[in-house]
Amino acid sequence: MARNITYREALNEALAQEMERDESVIVMGEDNAGGAGSPGAQDAWGGVLGVTKGLYHKFPGRVLDTPISESAFIGAAIGAATAGLRPVAELMFVDFMGVCFDQIYNQAAKFRYMFGGKAVTPVVIRTMYGAGLRAAAQHSQCLYPLFTHIPGLKVVLPATPYDAKGLLIQAIRDNDPVMFFEHKALYDLAGPVPEESYALPFGEANVVREGGDVTIVTLGRMVHTSLEAAGRLAADGVQCEVIDLRTTSPLDEDTVLESVEGTGRLVVVDEAHPRCSIATDISALVARKAFGALQAPIEMVTAPHTPVPFSKALEDLYIPDAQRVANAVKTVTGWTR
Amino acid sequence: MTDQRIVPVTMPKWGLSMQLGKITSWIAAEGDEVAAGGDLADIETEKIAGTLEAAEAGTMRRIIARAGEDVPVGGTIALMAPAEVSEEDLDAAARQARAVIDAGMPADVSAPEVQTAEAGGRKISYAGAGADGDVVLLIHGYGGDRNSWLFLQEPLAARYRVYALDLPGHGTSAKDVGDGSIGVLADAVVAVLDAVGAGQAHLVGHSLGGAVALGVAARDPGRIASLTLIAPAGFGSEINAGYLRGFADAQTRRELKPVLGQLFAADDLVTRQVVDDLLAYKRLDGVDEALHALLGTLLDGDAQRADSAASVAAIGGAVPITAVWGSADRIVPPAQAESVDRAVRRLIDGAGHMPHMERPAEVQAAIEETIARARPPAPGTPSPTLGP
Repeated sequence: MARNITYREALNEALAQEMERDESVIVMGEDNAGGAGSPGAQDAWGGVLGVTKGLYHKFPGRVLDTPISESAFIGAAIGAATAGLRPVAELMFVDFMGVCFDQIYNQAAKFRYMFGGKAVTPVVIRTMYGAGLRAAAQHSQCLYPLFTHIPGLKVVLPATPYDAKGLLIQAIRDNDPVMFFEHKALYDLAGPVPEESYALPFGEANVVREGGDVTIVTLGRMVHTSLEAAGRLAADGVQCEVIDLRTTSPLDEDTVLESVEGTGRLVVVDEAHPRCSIATDISALVARKAFGALQAPIEMVTAPHTPVPFSKALEDLYIPDAQRVANAVKTVTGWTR
Repeated sequence: MTDQRIVPVTMPKWGLSMQLGKITSWIAAEGDEVAAGGDLADIETEKIAGTLEAAEAGTMRRIIARAGEDVPVGGTIALMAPAEVSEEDLDAAARQARAVIDAGMPADVSAPEVQTAEAGGRKISYAGAGADGDVVLLIHGYGGDRNSWLFLQEPLAARYRVYALDLPGHGTSAKDVGDGSIGVLADAVVAVLDAVGAGQAHLVGHSLGGAVALGVAARDPGRIASLTLIAPAGFGSEINAGYLRGFADAQTRRELKPVLGQLFAADDLVTRQVVDDLLAYKRLDGVDEALHALLGTLLDGDAQRADSAASVAAIGGAVPITAVWGSADRIVPPAQAESVDRAVRRLIDGAGHMPHMERPAEVQAAIEETIARARPPAPGTPSPTLGP
């Protein structure tokens, strides 16, 4: 029975249900138990984000507080995965991923390939991304394009509570390393989520709004920005089809191409920087495989090629908003040769 | 005081979650004479698009809600009244109805409440609506759920106490179906009848649910007052096995949508929301196993395995039976209606396998007619002289 819960609660429920179902699922990260050393305060936080709250007491010995050493505990999680566990490691901010790149892209991503398919690495690395919380340049980046670039990693970005639960369950059951991106601004978003367990397959984009004039391809928090723009544009008689990619690796090319073949116009909305990003990737895909369908040049709405500013005024300008999306849609609908 | 001859047309409640409906277009215009079951307006909700039909014949006098407008369930969207009712009285009633819509006040709505029963350790969900009186239990088909009756449960609830359940493996009921036999499904129906304290009930079963209704009646014919079977399974060897396997096996929207199109005579009822809702159901843990187990109950190779004719024979002649079939059914051939012994047969011209969604008013009439046949004669009326 579906009821409304938040994105944070949906993630917590996915973890709890998978830990209940499968004893090999463990959770580890900084402050995941919270306040270790003072029993009364244990579990006070449930991770800095509160996502793992309640799990420490429910699953004794399976929620591990780790030292503030990302390279150590991400490496430990990957090693545990190769040895038969299904660890879900929380690396607070994706911005800190740099110190454990070797473990992720040179080790975890390569094991299945280099050991001839005999090794599996069922690890999930959950992490928080995105701007909007006045957290400045080192705590606000997107960085999912970096991981999408690497063969052997799966990259997941849920936009809604329903997707958060189903994609996290799939991530835990998946035998490959999964990078699981949670946008800071979405944790309090509520929506309908079934109480029962369910897995959403990777590589299936979600058409969140149908329309025949322009295709908007987007992901993560920008799904909501794009829907806001599409709602406003509909009042002006412009019908946008909004596609939430859900996963950037694997990528659902067919849904994107079929939509553009119907609309003839593409706007890609991506919160990441504009170079070597999901926006450029989708633009290249459509330019190569649906060139004949295009009736206007492709528009990209992205953050600028700068670090995320700490100034409130500048950060607000940095993040793509519905007005910029609407402007891009008007550019492609108004384009003449 | 509102003139009793002014009959409000209200926003229907199609399914548990519906709170608002949007009138996409009016089919009837002010001044039109509308027959009972005549089309009034096209309405869409978050979940589905459908056509609102007139409950009774009458004259459309005022249209209150505009096309494109969202109206809360139960809100008055039009007024019907005979010619004798004055324009002034209608204007006054229209202003009142308009004010309610403008205030955004949801009118009082009796939403069916979801409850649970237990059958063989399985949780069974069901929802009831309506007044005290005869109990009607609606049993959905393969892959459906209690919301399959969204166009019928509320209208029937005006006269009966109407329940709809989720069979094991479906909706929000337990997903374990055991051996997937008709018997396991029939246990769930009996559990709901017990839970609501129904000594006797009218069963309405669609497709697989028809075979289940017959299974319940064959066990205990005295408990069943009447049977309305909508395209029931088990009355011939022929069935669209490709549809059944396609539904069970579909993993993606792309695979599922064309399969679902076969359910209806015209596939415009298969909206994106319908496909998404079914995919969300199919992705719940345990559903894949349940649907494949039930395939073994429905199919023997490419032929039907269920034998509903044997159930009809076991029930004997005391229970009135109606077989309702869409003439354009692409899942179970309508010709199989001929094999339903002792049944009154109603062929719904132009409907597919889902007449209760495609042509709800006609199916409602068939159900009410069947229930009426089961009614004991009112005191004082002579009983029919059919035997000793």
